[in-house]
Amino acid sequence: MIRFKVNGEPIQASIDPETPLLWVLRDNLQLTGTKYGCGMALCGACTVHLDGQPIRACATPVSACAGKNVSTIEKIGASAVGKRVQQAWLDADVVQCGYCQSGQIMSAVALLNTNKNPSDADIDAAMSGNICRCGTYNRVKQAIKMAAAPAAAAPAKSAAKKGA
Amino acid sequence: MDFSKMNLASITDAPAAVPKPSRRKFLQSSAALGGGLVLGFYLPLRDRLAHAQPAPKAVPPNAFLRIGKDGSVTVQVKHLEFGQGVMTSLPMLVAEELGCDWSKVRSELAPAGAAYAHTMFGMQMTGGSSSVVNSWDQLRTVGAQARTMLVQAAANQWKVKPGDCKVENGTILGPGGKKLGFGAVAEAAAKLPVPEKVTLKPASEFRIIGKPTRRIDAPDKVNGKAKFGLDLTAKDIPNLHVALVLHAPMLGGELKSMNADKLKGLPGITHVVESRNFVAVVGKSYWAAKKGRDAIEAQWAVDPKAPKPDSARLKSEYSQAAARPGKVAKKVGDPALVKTAAKSIVAEYDFPFLAHAAMEPLNCTVSYKGDSAELWVGSQFQTPDQVAAAKALGLAPEKVKLNTMIAGGGFGRRANPASDYIVEACEIAKEVKVPIKVIWTREDDMKGGYYRPAYVHRVEAGVDAAGKIAGWDHHIVGQSIVSGTAFEGFLVKDGIDNTSVEGVADTPYDIPNFQCALTTPTKVVTSLWWRSVGHTHTAFVMETMIDELAHAAKADPVAFRTALLTKHPRVLKTLALAAEKSGWGKPAPKGRARGIAVHESFGSVCAQVAEVSIDNGQIKVHKVVAAIDCGLVVNPLTVEAQVQSAIAYGLSAALHGAITLKDGVVEQSNFHDYPVLRGNEMPVVEVHLAPGGDKPTGVGEPGTPPIAPAVANAVFALTGKRVRSLPMKV
Repeated sequence: MIRFKVNGEPIQASIDPETPLLWVLRDNLQLTGTKYGCGMALCGACTVHLDGQPIRACATPVSACAGKNVSTIEKIGASAVGKRVQQAWLDADVVQCGYCQSGQIMSAVALLNTNKNPSDADIDAAMSGNICRCGTYNRVKQAIKMAAAPAAAAPAKSAAKKGA
Repeated sequence: MDFSKMNLASITDAPAAVPKPSRRKFLQSSAALGGGLVLGFYLPLRDRLAHAQPAPKAVPPNAFLRIGKDGSVTVQVKHLEFGQGVMTSLPMLVAEELGCDWSKVRSELAPAGAAYAHTMFGMQMTGGSSSVVNSWDQLRTVGAQARTMLVQAAANQWKVKPGDCKVENGTILGPGGKKLGFGAVAEAAAKLPVPEKVTLKPASEFRIIGKPTRRIDAPDKVNGKAKFGLDLTAKDIPNLHVALVLHAPMLGGELKSMNADKLKGLPGITHVVESRNFVAVVGKSYWAAKKGRDAIEAQWAVDPKAPKPDSARLKSEYSQAAARPGKVAKKVGDPALVKTAAKSIVAEYDFPFLAHAAMEPLNCTVSYKGDSAELWVGSQFQTPDQVAAAKALGLAPEKVKLNTMIAGGGFGRRANPASDYIVEACEIAKEVKVPIKVIWTREDDMKGGYYRPAYVHRVEAGVDAAGKIAGWDHHIVGQSIVSGTAFEGFLVKDGIDNTSVEGVADTPYDIPNFQCALTTPTKVVTSLWWRSVGHTHTAFVMETMIDELAHAAKADPVAFRTALLTKHPRVLKTLALAAEKSGWGKPAPKGRARGIAVHESFGSVCAQVAEVSIDNGQIKVHKVVAAIDCGLVVNPLTVEAQVQSAIAYGLSAALHGAITLKDGVVEQSNFHDYPVLRGNEMPVVEVHLAPGGDKPTGVGEPGTPPIAPAVANAVFALTGKRVRSLPMKV
């Protein structure tokens, strides 16, 4: 029996302790916002927070969550930083296919929880574990800066410039 | 979520029970993969489907549009949404003519249906950067027809002439201050005849088209609610099981024998299915099915006479072929005059196989009910996939409903004429008779056997004493993407697969003595289009060789190109815009150099200037200034996003991408050995829109071709060395 919390709600699980947290979230709890991308902690699509720390759920056995709280994309908007990050993501029109964006947002929230005003280098370091095949990286960076300082960065009305 | 409805203590593994493997009879469809269908087949099918699948109930009746009594406007999107923004840009076309309140617009992905056929290709599909292009007249007409009907309904109610009414933001305004919302007359409008002729607005009156518009699908993609194919659960489809599939390690391998003894004691496994070329393990959850699959011991065999593709050997064979004459695809003047050039260059280029590596691994959900079936899949090819599924299930196409799920990328992989993973899912579903979600792991996806083909190009080109191009003799060697598929008749003409030579044979450069030849070796590796298709390699060779000739002629690369483009004002203008905005001609920041490239594809022109440095042997692309002429711009925010995206995708391949084969086995499996571009490698991409024409042209792909040559030209400027092999090494 493994006891842990997901988004603050208690869970008791009698399952193979080696089951990756990702599949407990997706298959048992039907919290499908956390995505499967690689299964080897290489792409970041499955990023969740374990007691506030960003982890890759695909490579974390559920047994490692015993006594801890797992936060997922479904409830990240309940925190002030999470809400700000989600709003910035909308304002900067970040998403394309959107598949990696749960993980991107979870990594961005974890970054801003510990670093209120990250530099480009801080963002690169914190976010380079999250692959986006649509290449939304420019707007991810822009959105993180907007979320860090909502007043300072104006939302992109259209960053694309009219030519001559 | 509501945890109160969940019995938390009941999270348990299903009991262990070893199912008896069922050896399914090999369906003919397995053997017929990739062959047999011809494009024309889809045309009569359209009529059959039209009877079998009535358009969704709509007010006014239309397959594309539903106006609710509450004034909500729901647009059925006939294309796959996989990042390119069609769930926003296509409703914009309808809304522009409809005159509705944009905040009331919703979009849904249409299922496979005859009404949703691509207006140029005659079947429902997404590809060729053509979603907006082929919908441009169609969806504006839908909007205009609906508006006309709504106005007529209001005019009837008021007993006034429709000409005395106008539409503003979802409201019909009549004489004397009369007002009615769309919702109030939607039902009455639905009973009116659909007008055959409508007049569409001139561009000068556009209010929505051209306006930067945020994505309709974004809110659900930032809170985890958006449901991709992989996210279907038993909540959506009762009794949904998960299937994982063991494939042969080598391309073309067939199952010789298998041992399922090690499944004993593993919980949650319900079925094992053996087939000609796979073993499927079905269970209650991914993890159960995965452990089961990994416990299977299987022996595979390949036909001893079949080739075992090997990247190194193919490269060597292609290289030899490139030195021999090929089949001429295009000839201008006397290309042999290159031998008289004052300065000539002979160069050979090579390109590896590439995987698409979309973020969401391939998956397909099937519920087979004996006399009908339903599929849920992020398909770029709804019509061919529906037909292939029906064949695999032994059903008529109209008995198979195919629901289009949003997809986590695709880049061509979900547009397979062989419908490989879909047929496989149907074969399993037919056997197990429970609804199944087939999930390919990342490794399955990477090794899944459909790649951008490898190519070798050989070019002999030179300039005369005056610095003008004396001749250009170009030979491309590589497998045909479309041979053996339903597209062969359409895209292969006189033995030339257009997707092999596009971007060279149709070069806009005014080269007086020019030849493009093609050698198409036998297909030994299953292959597929990959974002921008032939342009992925042809643009690289054209744009690096042009740069090389510019240097040979001691000319500025922009000026050299400009002189060759006088008959192509769009290309010229786009090139000039990128040059101007990048500060071309001014010194680059210390330690960096710029490279430029311009290429026309999918009806659009994109020029890019890359600013590059090399640190510790690593190429770093700091900034890319891009200019694009994609005709009339529907959504500037999307165009910017797609150009950034296309550059990231192309740069990923240029710096990292290579699938290699050794004795028929794909050597890569996941992102550690098939690395892709990460955030810390992403250049700042600045996108400039070149003023376009009066209708949209392609957006999703044209940004990909120029990035690799722009970077390679910058690398030359830094090192004096030409890049002739991708991925780049310095």
